[in-house]
Amino acid sequence: MRHAGLSLCLILWACAVSAFEIEGRERFGPADGRVLRVLSTTDIDILRPLIDSFLRARPGVAIDYTVASSAQVMQAIADEGERFDMTLSSAMDLQVKLANDGFTRAHRSAWTPMVPDWANWRDHVFAFSQETAAIVISRAAFSGIAPPRTRQELIDVLRRDPDKFRDRVGTYDVAVSGLGYLFATQDARTAESFWRLMEVLGSLRVKLYCCSGEMIEAVANGQIDVAYNVLGSYARARRDLADRIVVIEPEEYTNMMMRTAVILKDSTEPELAGAFTDHLIAAAWSVPPAPEYPFQDPPQSVRALGSTLRPIQLGPGLLVFLDTLKRNRFLTEWGDAVQQD
Amino acid sequence: MSGVRLSGSIRRRLTLQLVGSAAVLAALLFVIVQTFTRDLAEETHDRILLASATSIMDAVSVRSGEVTVDLPYAALSMLSNVSDDRVFYRVVLGRDTLTGYPDLPMPDPQPGDDEPLFQTLDYKGESVRMATAVRRLSLNGVPTHLAISVAQTRTGQVERLDALSRTALMLGAGFFAVAVLLAVWAAQSSIRPLRDLAGMVARRGPKDLRPVARPVPAEMAPLVSSLNSFIDRLRLSLSRSEDFIAEAAHRVRTPLATVRTQAENTLHRIERPENRAALREMIRAIDESSRAAGQLLDHAMVSFRVDSLERSPVDLTELMHELVDRLRPVADLKDITLVLEATAPHPILGDPILVQNAGRNLLDNAIKYAPDESLVRVALNTEGGMQTVAICDQAGGFPTDQLDQLTERFVRGRNAEGTVGSGLGLTIAREVAEAHGGRLEIRNTQDGAGACVTLVFPSA
Repeated sequence: MRHAGLSLCLILWACAVSAFEIEGRERFGPADGRVLRVLSTTDIDILRPLIDSFLRARPGVAIDYTVASSAQVMQAIADEGERFDMTLSSAMDLQVKLANDGFTRAHRSAWTPMVPDWANWRDHVFAFSQETAAIVISRAAFSGIAPPRTRQELIDVLRRDPDKFRDRVGTYDVAVSGLGYLFATQDARTAESFWRLMEVLGSLRVKLYCCSGEMIEAVANGQIDVAYNVLGSYARARRDLADRIVVIEPEEYTNMMMRTAVILKDSTEPELAGAFTDHLIAAAWSVPPAPEYPFQDPPQSVRALGSTLRPIQLGPGLLVFLDTLKRNRFLTEWGDAVQQD
Repeated sequence: MSGVRLSGSIRRRLTLQLVGSAAVLAALLFVIVQTFTRDLAEETHDRILLASATSIMDAVSVRSGEVTVDLPYAALSMLSNVSDDRVFYRVVLGRDTLTGYPDLPMPDPQPGDDEPLFQTLDYKGESVRMATAVRRLSLNGVPTHLAISVAQTRTGQVERLDALSRTALMLGAGFFAVAVLLAVWAAQSSIRPLRDLAGMVARRGPKDLRPVARPVPAEMAPLVSSLNSFIDRLRLSLSRSEDFIAEAAHRVRTPLATVRTQAENTLHRIERPENRAALREMIRAIDESSRAAGQLLDHAMVSFRVDSLERSPVDLTELMHELVDRLRPVADLKDITLVLEATAPHPILGDPILVQNAGRNLLDNAIKYAPDESLVRVALNTEGGMQTVAICDQAGGFPTDQLDQLTERFVRGRNAEGTVGSGLGLTIAREVAEAHGGRLEIRNTQDGAGACVTLVFPSA
């Protein structure tokens, strides 16, 4: 009964997905000995260098790394009580909710003061990356057209030639992807142009995706020409696709997502989880970051620029969009905007 | 302090009382500041919680009989301005939870009670502060109520209160430290007039019986006035007794002289040896009485002149020369050789009559106690800014255990029995020396044959 409301929320939100589904799993380190079980939304390959460097310093320690969507992460921990030591997630709102609702434990060490105040919530949620929500366009489709620099310019381009772009635009399915929902709600909070853009995308029969990776692939493969709210870090990481895609960070504002780590209250290896958290913190917040740090932007530089980059703030404000009524209302409005048949 | 019974110290009592009241005030200050900040912090927290609940209430709308809430972003984000604390909320319509944390305990709104409610309770294992706003509404003609609760854990508030408590504690301690310093200073300065008076009285010479004239604080006026009247009575009583003694001595001396003359005349006229011996004994007794009366008069005179000492240049050499010349006939009677050793003038500032009186008494004593055919030596010297007149005899010296008491009135050396004397000579000499800022030194000679009595005066 304790998490009845939460369950309801998750059931509605996971849309027909009712069991904890994983996307990948890998075990690092020796087969026996202490095991740190990490549940993450981050692809294995991206964090592999950091995991390797962590294990090199700790012989006899293994990491059981499971990848799932952010919604699945939430469901696994909050609803199904799966036994993990820590979660790494790009869905900041869900991580904050885990901490707020008492599923996490506090962590303080010699490394935690390195994290700026805005990247640490209550010593429970620690950010270890800052990544932009970008627009990815096909280099081929935009030959001869000036690439849009703002959302308004994107709207203008799409409106000018609807036949060219019909069925060739994509964005997150916010009902499925936690990160997509986070980006969309932050957009809706920031600018009215978001809803206009959604209506334009809807009129072009927008394709919906679960993940940034798929959207980048789709643009690169020529299935679509424009993908909105794609993780800039993932797009830039695909150097092999650099000649086919263009990554645009909108100039009026660009949302910045923070990838965060929390240590779970029921962890059986809290010490190891703390050490891995410290490892991530040290890699991210050292100046310069560790050589094996996989994310592009040194996080600290973002605020110093005083730019149009808008870091999403950790804190109870994020809980608002997880409110059942709020979420239902948002999904309904979003659905109305993007599905206009 | 010897012989004075003590009942504590005014300064210590005053200091303790002031420090004690400072401690009470500091503790009171600490409690008041702490209570005030606690109330203020709680009130601030309550207001923000209520503002949050109210902003949610404003976002409630009724559409076709359906109540819905569009939670404003600011409703929860405003709470993060207070602290990084956990936030919970619940929206209840009638008995149904519309949204939020369904297990958050909420108060049952009383009918007619539209005031916001504030509670401190435990939720999810932590103490939370909760504000509840209630609105009455009618849904499809059925009256019901909508209650919105917003709760926040109090970790940040407790931390802030601890910090404020520490500040309040430091404030109290600082206040106390300053108050202690002030208390010590106040106690010191309030007893200073008393200490000054005591010092002034203690520094007075034994003959100084003037009233206290310097201004004193009002509280000490009764004490000083009593002291002055006591001094006055003492002086009056002293001068009366001195007058009485002088008067008595004077009245006794003149008839005694007549009696002595008659006795001597009679002595020439009687033949019988036993009568002559009796008469001689009588003359000796008359001499003794007359001499005592003389010394009492001298002493009274000395006491009087010392009270208002007049200083003029006096040459000790000249003065002692004259004195030796005058007493030489008396010395010759016992075949005593008087020697004056003085080569240069020895000037002092003083009352010549008093100095002469002192010298005469000492020389008189020496001649009186010295055996026949002995030597009495008067030596004048200058020693480190002091002029000394030493009168040395060969009379066998004083008993060493008695040296200190010899200058008391009417105290005589044990070996002086059988000689005419009153015991006032040394007292007079000492009082004169001390009145001039000098002293009297009594010492037996090294060979034990006699004693030296030395008058010491500051040089002019």
